[in-house]
Formats: sequence, C-alpha cells, structure tokens
Amino acid sequence: MEKPDTKPAGPLSRIYRFYREGFAQMTLGRTLWKIIFIKLFIMFAVLKYFFFPDFLATKFPTDRQRADFVMEQLTRSAQGYTNPVRGE
Amino acid sequence: MIENLDLSMVNWARAQFALTAMYHWLFVPLTLGITWIIAFYHTIYVTTGNEEWKRLTKFWMKLFGINFAIGVATGIILEFQFGTNWSNYSWMVGDIFGAPLAIEGIIAFFLEATFFAVMFFGWNRVSKGFHLFATWMVAVGSNLSAVWILVANAWMQYPVGQAFNPETARFEMQNFAEVAFSPYAVNKFVHATSSSMLMAALFVLSISSWYLLRGRHVVMAKRSIVVAATLGLFASVFTIFNGDESAYQIAQVQPMKLAAFEGLYEGRTNAGLVAAGIVNRNKKVYDTQEPFIGFNLHIPGALSLMANRSLGSFVPGMKDLVYGNAEHNILGAAQKMERGKKAVASLEAYKTAKKTGDQAAAAAQLVTFNEYKEFLGYGYLQKPEEEVPPVALTFNAFHVMVGLGALFPLIFIGYLHFSRKGTLTEKKWLLGFGTITYILGMIASQAGWVVAEVGRQPWSIQGLLPVSVARTNLTAGTVQTTFFMFLILFTLLLIAEISIMAKQISIGPEEN
Repeated sequence: MEKPDTKPAGPLSRIYRFYREGFAQMTLGRTLWKIIFIKLFIMFAVLKYFFFPDFLATKFPTDRQRADFVMEQLTRSAQGYTNPVRGE
Repeated sequence: MIENLDLSMVNWARAQFALTAMYHWLFVPLTLGITWIIAFYHTIYVTTGNEEWKRLTKFWMKLFGINFAIGVATGIILEFQFGTNWSNYSWMVGDIFGAPLAIEGIIAFFLEATFFAVMFFGWNRVSKGFHLFATWMVAVGSNLSAVWILVANAWMQYPVGQAFNPETARFEMQNFAEVAFSPYAVNKFVHATSSSMLMAALFVLSISSWYLLRGRHVVMAKRSIVVAATLGLFASVFTIFNGDESAYQIAQVQPMKLAAFEGLYEGRTNAGLVAAGIVNRNKKVYDTQEPFIGFNLHIPGALSLMANRSLGSFVPGMKDLVYGNAEHNILGAAQKMERGKKAVASLEAYKTAKKTGDQAAAAAQLVTFNEYKEFLGYGYLQKPEEEVPPVALTFNAFHVMVGLGALFPLIFIGYLHFSRKGTLTEKKWLLGFGTITYILGMIASQAGWVVAEVGRQPWSIQGLLPVSVARTNLTAGTVQTTFFMFLILFTLLLIAEISIMAKQISIGPEEN
C-alpha cells in the first residue's frame, strides 16, 4: 500500500493556497472586485485613452522639444502676449 | 448669478480638478482613519480573546473594504488631468514629483497587496499575532501612502529645495530633505491624518448611534463607540493644535491666504480673530466698502497670536500685500510684478542668446534671472489685484471648518460621559445628532481643502507659477466634456458606495 504524501507544502504554494482560498470564499468581495475592474477599465481604456492624452508626449517626440515648447509658453508674455486670466 | 461665472478654459480645468479631488477625498479620510480604529478593535480582541470584539472588528473591516474598493484609483484621474489640462505645470514639476510619487505607488502596492490580503483572509488561517500585525501594517501602509502626495501639495504651497533650470524648463530638486521634511509638509501630513482619524471616529459614531436608536447590535455599538470616541477625542484635540500650527505656517509663507480666510483687508497690530461674521461678497481690495455685513465678532489679539505667536504683532491685510506697506517693510504685488517681468524677460533673452550661440549673453541673462527668479510668477500677473484669492469662499470655508472642528471634541466628550454613566441609550437627542456627525465631519474636511486650494489662488506654485500659465492651451469645450463625464462617473461610484454600504450596515455584523 502506498504511503500518503506527508511532505509539507512549500512557502510559495502555501501563499498561493492562502490567496486562492481567500478569494474563493469572498462574497461581498466579488461584487467589489467587479466594481474595481469596471472602474479601472473605464479609467484606463476609455478616459485615459480617448480623452486624456498626455499633451506634451503626443505633440512632441523628444524631451528637448517638450522643454522648448514649455519655455516658449513661459516667455510669451515677454514677447508681448498676455496670458488670459478671466473671460477668454 | 450665472453671469458672474468665468467660463474660461483655465477655470473649467480648475473646476474639473476640484471636482475630482473632492470626490476622491470623500473616500480617502475614512480609509486613512478607520484602519487605526480597526487595529485597536483587533488588538482588544487578540488581548481579551472575547469573540464579540472579533465580530465587531470584522464588521468594521467589511465597511472599510467597501470604502477602499470604491475609492481606490479615483486619485489616478488627477494624474490624467496633469498631463492633459496642466501640461506646462506637469512638465515643470516632473523632477520634483516624479520619484516620490513612484515610491509611493510601489510602497502602497506592496504593503496593501501583502498585508491587506492577510487582514481580510487571515482569520483562522494565520497566527493571531501575525494577523494583528498585518492589520496594524494596513493602517501604517495606508497612511504612509498619503505621505508623498501631501509632500507634493505642500511643496506647491511652499516651494523649497528647488531651482528652476531654464535649459530644461523645469524646477529641479536641489535638496530632497528640504522638500520631504519642510515644516509645511510635515504639518500637512499630520493635519490630514489626524483629521482623518477624527472623521473615521465620527463614521463609527454615526453608524453605532443608528443601531442604538433602533435597539440593534447594542453591545457591539456601545463597544465601538467607547473606543472610537476615545480615539476621536484625542484626534480632534490634536487636530486643533496642528491646525493652529498650519495657520502659523500659512501666515509666514502665504500671508495672502491668511488675510483672505480672515477677511482682513487692512493690516493691523493686535489683530482679532473673526469668531462670527458675514463677509461682504462684493467688496474689492481697492474699494472702501465694509468687509463685513452687519456685526462681526472678533477675539481680540487672537489673530496676531496665531499668525506670529505674539499678541501685539502686526498682521498684514490684503491691501498691504497688494499695494505694499513701507512702514512694515511689505513689498506690494506691483513691485513684485516688476521684478517678475524682469525674470521673464531675462528668460526670453537667455533663450534667444542660446539659440544664436552667444554664451556670454546667455550667462549674463542667467545672472539677471537668478536675481529675480523668486518673483517669476508675478511676471505673469496683469494687475496687482489678481493676487487676491476668492475671499468669501475662502473665509466661509475656513470658518465652517474651524466651527465644526471646535464642536467635535464636545461630541466625543458627550458620548464618553454618557457611556461611562451607562445612560447613553437613553440620550436619544445625542444619538440622533450622532447619526449625522459623519456628514458634518465630511463637510469640515472638504472645507479644509477649499481653504488650502482656493486660498492659494492664483498660484499653482506659490509665487512662481500662476494657474493661467500652468495650464495647457486647450479650448474650454474640451475640458467641459470631460468635466461632465467625471461628474457622472463619480456620482455613480458614490451611489454604489452608499447603496452597498447602506445594505451592509442594515445587515449588520455576522451573528455568532
């Protein structure tokens, strides 16, 4: 008759089992995870992608060009341009 | 009223940022504060072995989990806005904020992924000692994750440890310790975290009071109240003291903000602190209208004491700061604007000299720039009066915050007093009022951020960069669209939070 395997599980497999059992026993947690994933999807796949491009990163390929552009913005008033503050 | 709204792009971008930050802040203080209270509950369970404390701990953990799940990542949207709406600002501060915020992300991720899971999944799976350790580490980790964002905010109000590099168009960090441990940053962190614990205590009080009024979960509610009210009392008194220290620091580095939240137009010695009053919304810094409508109640000398730690000292008013006051050696905004324009002109000349390869001229312009660089932001103002923030909003927010802040310790004392006498359940008036205290706490907390952020206008970085230059050159319509999208998204999240939370509160703790 074969002996049962009594070798204790290693730390990694115990950690894996800890998380797996924890997630499996969640009740309310499942709803919350769904909300988190839906929220992250809306934020990153919709809002970030379609509505919130990084202005400088999309307009200029190099840091040098980005720095020059920002410097241009900072010195516009010295070239006679006034920054709109109210009621543009 | 609507005709008075300024619907420019920069104001829509500001409104969008405010909307996002305020929604984000609906979730954050509860997360920061309740982790400490849960850690205390858990400690009592482990030391006494009483199962009622375990049940109680698990219940508050569940509510914390809901709040955390709904609120998590809502702050990331602020970072989206930096890149899109505030690209000049984002570029200019990248060197200061990039590393600290990355560190924060990594620390928060590892602490939360590890200890958060042990806290929720660890019942009967890990030793009681390790489980308790994990609960405390969630409290520590959650609060540590707020450090760097508050350091970043403090730096914008008090930009130390940096130098502007015209070559890269960036503020570059010169001294990490000056940035991380500036008194403004330390105090902001202490004030935010202690007021968060206060708010979490009010949260526990509100829900427990509701249970007591309905005669449900009475033992759990009473025990929850005793611990939360004790911690809340300590937190509220501590918050008052570090709030006073915040006001002192504001007086030193942002005197215009202090003058605005006190409605102080004319500077004076032995200045009084406004205890009650209705500020005149129509008054301008240049006119002679009365600053208050009808009566206003001052505590003599208290503002001087708060601002300078000296009863008879002079506190500058908005007029002194805008038009200058030679007697008290205060430079007016007009003089600062002159210097700021020299800083901007030297930047332009430096840029031109660099383009033409004239190194000597570039070096000379850099010397001029360095002479006037602390006034750089003033170079973009068009008139001195622009330095004044919206006075009525700042004043009202400050006095709402302070008034409610003074009320909270009394509430905690009341709860502790009647708990000790064993008559708390008979005090329906207190329990009834107690159910709304969390809302009052939220109002005070949001008002605090209004004081901090509206009060520092027109600056995105104090004295160095006004919001009008920090922004991206987009149309107002672009920002309006995303403003309303956020409004809908966040409102849905808030509805989800309230409905899930209300359902779990209605269900109550698990039965033994």
